[in-house]
Amino acid sequence: MSYRVEPTEDGMRKLSQERTGMSGLDRRDFLKGLGAGLLICLTRASAAAQESGRTFGGHELPKELSAWLHIAADGRVTVFTGKVEVGQNIRTSLAQQVAEELKVPFETITMVMGDTDLTPWDMGTFGSRTTPTMGPQLRSMAVAAREMLMEMAAQRWHVATASLTSADGKVIDPQHARSVTYGELTRGEKLVKTVTASESLTPPKEWKVAGTAVPKAEGRDFVTGRHKYPSDISRPGMMFGAVLRADGFNATLESLDTSAAEKLAGVKVVREGEFIGVVAPDAFTAENAVSAIQAKWTVPAQPSNQGLFAYLKNNPEGGRDDGPQHVTGSAAQAFAGADLKLEEEYTVAYIAHAPLEPRAAVAEWVDGKLTVWTGTQRPFGVRDELMQAFQLSPSQVRVIQPDMGSGYGGKHTGEAAIEAARLAKAAGRPVKVVWTRSEEFTWAYFRPAGVIEMKAGARRDGTLVAWEHHNYNSGPAAIETPYRVANQVIQYHAAKSPLRQGSYRGLASTANHFARESHMDSMAHLAKMDPLEFRLKNLDDPRLKEVFQAAAVRFGWGRLKSTPERGFGIAGGVDKGGYVATCAEVEMDATTRQVRIRRVVQAWDCGAVVNPDGLRNQLAGAIVQGIGGALFERILFADGRILNPHFAQYRLPRFSDTPVVEIVLVDRRDLPSAGAGETGLVGLAPAVGNAIFAASGTRLRTMPMAPRNGLPGEPEPMVRS
Amino acid sequence: MGWLGLEFGMGDFVLDVNGAPLSVSCSPDETLLSVLRNRLNLTGTKYGCGEGKCAACTVLMDGQATRSCLTTVDSVGKAKIVTIEGLERNGRLSAVQEAFLEEGAFQCGYCTSGMILGATSLLHEHPHPTDSQIVEAMEGHVCRCGTYPRIVEAVKRASRSQTQGVGR
Repeated sequence: MSYRVEPTEDGMRKLSQERTGMSGLDRRDFLKGLGAGLLICLTRASAAAQESGRTFGGHELPKELSAWLHIAADGRVTVFTGKVEVGQNIRTSLAQQVAEELKVPFETITMVMGDTDLTPWDMGTFGSRTTPTMGPQLRSMAVAAREMLMEMAAQRWHVATASLTSADGKVIDPQHARSVTYGELTRGEKLVKTVTASESLTPPKEWKVAGTAVPKAEGRDFVTGRHKYPSDISRPGMMFGAVLRADGFNATLESLDTSAAEKLAGVKVVREGEFIGVVAPDAFTAENAVSAIQAKWTVPAQPSNQGLFAYLKNNPEGGRDDGPQHVTGSAAQAFAGADLKLEEEYTVAYIAHAPLEPRAAVAEWVDGKLTVWTGTQRPFGVRDELMQAFQLSPSQVRVIQPDMGSGYGGKHTGEAAIEAARLAKAAGRPVKVVWTRSEEFTWAYFRPAGVIEMKAGARRDGTLVAWEHHNYNSGPAAIETPYRVANQVIQYHAAKSPLRQGSYRGLASTANHFARESHMDSMAHLAKMDPLEFRLKNLDDPRLKEVFQAAAVRFGWGRLKSTPERGFGIAGGVDKGGYVATCAEVEMDATTRQVRIRRVVQAWDCGAVVNPDGLRNQLAGAIVQGIGGALFERILFADGRILNPHFAQYRLPRFSDTPVVEIVLVDRRDLPSAGAGETGLVGLAPAVGNAIFAASGTRLRTMPMAPRNGLPGEPEPMVRS
Repeated sequence: MGWLGLEFGMGDFVLDVNGAPLSVSCSPDETLLSVLRNRLNLTGTKYGCGEGKCAACTVLMDGQATRSCLTTVDSVGKAKIVTIEGLERNGRLSAVQEAFLEEGAFQCGYCTSGMILGATSLLHEHPHPTDSQIVEAMEGHVCRCGTYPRIVEAVKRASRSQTQGVGR
C-alpha cells in the first residue's frame, strides 16, 4: 500500500487537476457539505471493458479516480460510487463489503450512488460488473483507509502499526488497553488522502459481515411508500410535461394544429425542430393538452413480424459478413463424418423490458446549470446525452439517479431526461415527464430478435465431434460452447434491426443458451443417452459439472421419469463468471396442450457469495422473469407501429405462472465473487423446452415457445401457455 | 369528454385519505391515482400501466383493494381511502408491511405498495387464505423483478402474525 498524506488545499488542487467524476461540483462545497473528517480517494487502473447493447458504443474512458469514501468525525462512513441501485441489492452488498474491510458496523455506512456531481465517473450499471469490479475497488479502498488510520494511530501513540488492530470503527492498541475511533483520528480537521489499491483484502473465508444475509438497506422505506423513485420527485414550482409522439417509426410530420392545446389554461406548447411537447400546471392537463394536438403523419412501409427472421439473415449490418469469430479444427469435415447429426434453426422474438416504473425525469435549470433526476443505469451516459443536446460542459449538468423501479438492461438511455430538460428550459420552471406504459413499450428499445442456426455431430457413443453456432442479430454473449468439441465454428452475424434494440438482462446469453442447450438435449436423445449424462460426458469445466450435479441431486433427476402429463428437463451454462444449472418440471394437459411450469431447481456458483439472501432473491426473480421470454412474451409490430404496447396485450409472468422455486447455492469462498444479476436467467427457457420435449416428444425451437398472441398465417403453437 | 377542463369546470373535492379530509380542485374526470400522486404528493401509490393491469396503483377504498388508475376522483364520494402512507401507525408497521420486510419480498420495490394493499384487502376478507386464494387475489399484481414466491410467503406470514395478535 502507498498513500500520500496531503493538507486539505493541496488535496483539493490535486483532485481538481485530475479528471474526476466530480467535475461538475465545486470541491470546496463538496468538502464543506461533508463536514470534518477524512476523505479518502482511490486511484485506479483502467477498468475492464464492459459489454453493453451494440447501439451504445463510444463510452468515455475511465478517469483516474474510481471511488471515494468519507469518514466523519462522528464515525459515519459515506461511500461514493457511480453504480446505481435498481433492485439488484448492491446498495446493501457493496456496503457489506466496505463494512467488512473497514471494520465498521454495517449501519454506520451510507452509500451515495449514481449522482454525477458527487460520485466518481462510472460507465454504468450493467454486464454483472458491480460485484466483480466495484466490489474489490471499494474493498481495496476500505482496506487502504483502515491501514492508513492504523498508521495515524500508531504515530499518535508512538507504537508500531503492527501492534495495533481494528474493529467496530476503532483502532485498538491491545498492549496498552486503549482505543481511538476513526472519527477522533481526524481531530476535527478536513483531510483528503489518496490511496492506491491495497492487495491485502480479507479472504472470504474470514468474512463476518460480507457473506451474510444482511437485510436490504433502507428496506423500511419500500414498505411504507417513503422511498422516492425518479417518478416521485417533486420540485418547488414544478410543472408537468408530455410529448407528442409520431404515429409510427420513421414518420414524417405532414401537418400540425396546436390551437386547441394552447387554449387550455396554463398550457404552453413547445416546438423545437422534430420535438413537440407541452407543459402544463398539472399532469392531467398536460396529458389532455397533448391529446388535443392535431397532427398528421406519414409512416413509411417497414418490416413486420412476418418475414422478420429472413430479414435478419439477409440484411447484415454494414452490408457484409465479417466471418466466424471462433474456429477450431474443421467443423465441416467432422460433421460429414459424424455418426449422429443434427441441424436446426432456433428463433427469438423481440421482447420488452417492461420495467414497472416507466422512464421518468424531473429537470430543473438554475443559473444555466441543469439538474435532472431520472431513472437510468448510466447516469454519466445520460449526462453526456444532456451535454450534447444542450451544448453544456460537464460542470453545467448534474444527473441524479434515485433508486428506481428497475431496468433489466432497458434504461441505458436518457430520452425522458432530455425531454424534461427541453420543456423545463422553455417553461423556465422545473418540469416532470413520466412516460406512459404505451410510450415505454414503443419509444424505448427492445431485446434483439434473432435467428440461431445450430449444427452438431457426435460419435455413436455420445462424444461430440462437430459444433457450429451462428447467431443472426440477437448477440454474441455466451455464444461459445462450454462443452469439449474439437471442431467448431462460432459466429455472430450483426444485422440491421427493424426495431430499435439494445441491452437486456443477460443480453444474448438467454438466446444462445436456449439454442445450445435445446440442441444438446436433442443430441442426447439421438445418442439415446440421459441428457445429464450426455452433458457430463462432453464437459471438462469442474464448476459447471458441479452445478449440474448439485441441481440434479436436489431435483431428483434420474429418479423422475417423464410421462405425457409430466416432463422433466435440464439445462445449464456459464456466463459473466456465473455457473448455472436449471431443472424444470412441466405439467402438460394432453387434451388442451396447456403447459404449466410446476417446479424449478436452480444450482448456482458465482464464487464467494456476498449476500446469500439477496442472491437467492435475484436468482428466483431471474427464473420468474425468464418464464415470460420462454413461454409467452413477444412484441408484435407492423408498419412502424408496436401492436401490443399495453399490459392487456403483452403478457407478463404473474403469480399463477410461478412454479415452486428452489435455489441451491454453491458458495465458493475460495474464489472471487462474480456478478449474479443476469446469468440466473439463461437456464430456464431451455430447461422448460427440454421438459416439454420429454413429456410430449415435441421440440420447440422458438422463444417464446407458446405465445398467446398469434400472428395471421402462423400455425397454432404446439403447446399453450 | 372531460378533458376540456375549462368547458366543464373544475370541481372541488374533499377526499378522506388516511383518515384526514384533503381538498383538491381538479376535473371530475381526473383519476384518483393522478390526484394522489400529483396534487396531494402521496407518491407511495404508483403508476404502472394506467389500465388496471398491473395493480401498482392499488389503494383501499372502504377496505377494498381498488385500482386508483381506473377510479375518477368524482366517483370516490365519501369512501375512506387508505394509501401505503396510511398503514403505519405511530411508527409501527402493519402486519403485512412487517411481513414483507421480514420475507424480503421485494427487489426494486416499485410494486410493493400495491402488493401490500392488495394483501391487506385479501387478509381482511380471508384472514387465513389458501395458496390458491392468495394467487387468485393477487393475480392482477405485476412484479417485474419476479418476487412472487416471497410475496406469497409474506402474505402467509402476515396471516399468521395477525392470528397471534402481532401487528394489526
